[in-house]
Amino acid sequence: MLTHLPVLVVLAPLLAAPVAALMRGAFAPWVVATLVSWFSFVCSLLLLAQVSDQGVIVYSMGGWEAPWGIEYRIDFANALLLVLITGLASIVMPYARLSVRHEIGDERSPMFYAAMLLLVLGLCGMTATGDAFNIFVFLEISSLATYTLLAMGKDRRALTSSFSYLVMGTIGGTFYLIGVGFLYVMTGTLNIADLAERLPALSDSATVRTGFAFIVTGICLKLALFPLHLWLPNAYTFAPSAVTALLGATATKVAVYILVRMVFTVFGVEFSFVTIPLSDVLVPLAIVGLLSASSVSIMQPNVKRMLAYSSVAQISYIILGIGMGTAMGLTAALLHVFNHGVMKAALFMALGAVSYRMGGTDLKHMNGLARTMPLTFWAFVIGGLSLIGVPLTVGFVSKWHLILAAMELGWWPVVVVILVGSILAVIYIGRVVEAGFFKEPEDSTRREAPAGLLIPLWILVIANIWLGIDTRLTVDIAEAAAAQLMAGGVVR
Amino acid sequence: MSGLGIWNYVIFIFLMMAGLYMVISSTNLVKKIIGLNVFQTSVFFMYISFGYIDGGAGPVLAEGVTLYSNPLPHVLILTAIVVGVATTAVGLALTIRIKESFGSIEEDDLHKMDPSI
Amino acid sequence: MNDHLILRVVGKFLIPYVMLFGLYVQFHGDFGPGGGFQAGVIFASGFVIYTLLFGLRSTQQIVSEGFLRVISASGVLIYAGVGVASMLMGGEFLNYNVLAANPIAGQHIGIMVIEFGVGLTVASTMTLLLMMFAERGLPS
Repeated sequence: MLTHLPVLVVLAPLLAAPVAALMRGAFAPWVVATLVSWFSFVCSLLLLAQVSDQGVIVYSMGGWEAPWGIEYRIDFANALLLVLITGLASIVMPYARLSVRHEIGDERSPMFYAAMLLLVLGLCGMTATGDAFNIFVFLEISSLATYTLLAMGKDRRALTSSFSYLVMGTIGGTFYLIGVGFLYVMTGTLNIADLAERLPALSDSATVRTGFAFIVTGICLKLALFPLHLWLPNAYTFAPSAVTALLGATATKVAVYILVRMVFTVFGVEFSFVTIPLSDVLVPLAIVGLLSASSVSIMQPNVKRMLAYSSVAQISYIILGIGMGTAMGLTAALLHVFNHGVMKAALFMALGAVSYRMGGTDLKHMNGLARTMPLTFWAFVIGGLSLIGVPLTVGFVSKWHLILAAMELGWWPVVVVILVGSILAVIYIGRVVEAGFFKEPEDSTRREAPAGLLIPLWILVIANIWLGIDTRLTVDIAEAAAAQLMAGGVVR
Repeated sequence: MSGLGIWNYVIFIFLMMAGLYMVISSTNLVKKIIGLNVFQTSVFFMYISFGYIDGGAGPVLAEGVTLYSNPLPHVLILTAIVVGVATTAVGLALTIRIKESFGSIEEDDLHKMDPSI
Repeated sequence: MNDHLILRVVGKFLIPYVMLFGLYVQFHGDFGPGGGFQAGVIFASGFVIYTLLFGLRSTQQIVSEGFLRVISASGVLIYAGVGVASMLMGGEFLNYNVLAANPIAGQHIGIMVIEFGVGLTVASTMTLLLMMFAERGLPS
């Protein structure tokens, strides 16, 4: 059975989604969704162990060898992402039970869990597959699930935010499709490893360059790189809490992974950073995005919206790492993909708990939380410290590596920008902390959030600290993944 | 491909730009979805014309035929069409619910009701 | 639409053939152009014509929404089930070769069952889409 691991991660949610959709009530689909995400998580962990034992794992779908068939190809980068997606899904699903009953209601729960499973399926599929067109299919599966999940928010503005994401997301996906079409017409293959072998000979071709531009732009729409991020704040703000936690932590990260895969594996470092000056595009956009999104988030009256803008800023850190085009920069980017997922999920889950008790996530709802809901609030504080990049949290690890990578290149202004970004984070997290500690609660009779929300939340908070202290696991894997990606082409 | 010249690309670019322009310029949500459809359809045309080979037969094995058109783009686009149908359905469903809860599907009206939209 | 006699008569005459053609495209997909996606849509268009001519309520008497949901979910399960079966029989996911004693028979069985699942899901989903959209416009 162990040889089937790459497909089992994707297959389990595929089988479970229709089953969950047919169930009645809220409890049974929840059990299915939770068990399946745990199963996928175990599979991903086993995969990661297999990859570090045996190197790259190749699985041919239907027994058709690549490049004729679709293959799933797992190396360190995929395995890390799969662990992130399924791990967060298996923490968010238990959390979702109370949160969903409160925000969505029992009647629509089966559809909610089915859509969540389809989202996990799409994200895992995008990550695991080694076929450029297959990525598009899974991208659209996850996007369609996202649109329906976003529209389930209580606020009626959830509908319009979902609609604008639908328009932007479809344009992004179709751009990717156009780019892949250009590559196919030049090389006659869709397999990523095969593309990587054939493209270097064609690096002068205008078609390949145009294809590169379409692919990078399309994916940057999906990963909300400044200035293509406009769909993100509304979408995250009005979505149900559990959805925001899973989406904010994984969806944009998988798009980042696709960008990395395309830029480093398919086109190769030589083409992306020498033939086409990708750094000159990504780095300035990342810097502007980082500073502007952080500044905007300081002024948000709604804490969920503030964190949404902060997500745009954190994506910019990741893009900055990718834009450096060095092994260290890529290591930092992959580390931040993982670490930001862990901390953002914790923060959004803490906000979900606040909204469960206080009925909203405006700054005024945070007043005096340190007294009325201490456990939730401390979870938020630790997540916030991680977002700032305080030592002993995961945020520190990735920012430290990012700064090291910038210093290695001698980009001192970039180091300053990273530090300024952290100071801006201190300000926007500080506003919430101030409200929680020093303001009087509006209603001091409110109680702590129920254990069903607190336990998953605190598991994630402890992961934030644990992975911040014991950095061996994440840093080693990220370094190995970056080395594999920088080696370019095909790692057999 | 010579039978088509570059006309297939001209059509592809024209439809693509027309579709994108519709998405950007129209304020009516249904018209935006129509624009998205035109935009996606342009890509379907592009793929299908890739697969065409002058004088090539349909890709079903037959005796005495040696030249076949490439079936792979057709398969890919079959999938992409299904994706497009699903996206359109979700988009229209959202539009109906927006109409029900806001009373309008004109972006200007929506923006007046809530500046953050 | 009660007064459009010609449409109703022609429609009644056409619908069986539309559906029959759908089944042909479905099951001939093994040897010629065709397959579950196309067949599902053609088959569902029979329901679409019927709904347009005789109203949503009459279609709901033939197939209920709940039934269509079950069918569309079970189509996905048939598809994935073939994959699981091939895994249990020692091949890769969706490797039809292992489904029968010799690979060619296995390929036939595999693709027929897979396309049957696809056809079920597509036909029921298209009908379901029409019914869900049409229902919104009706006074309840």
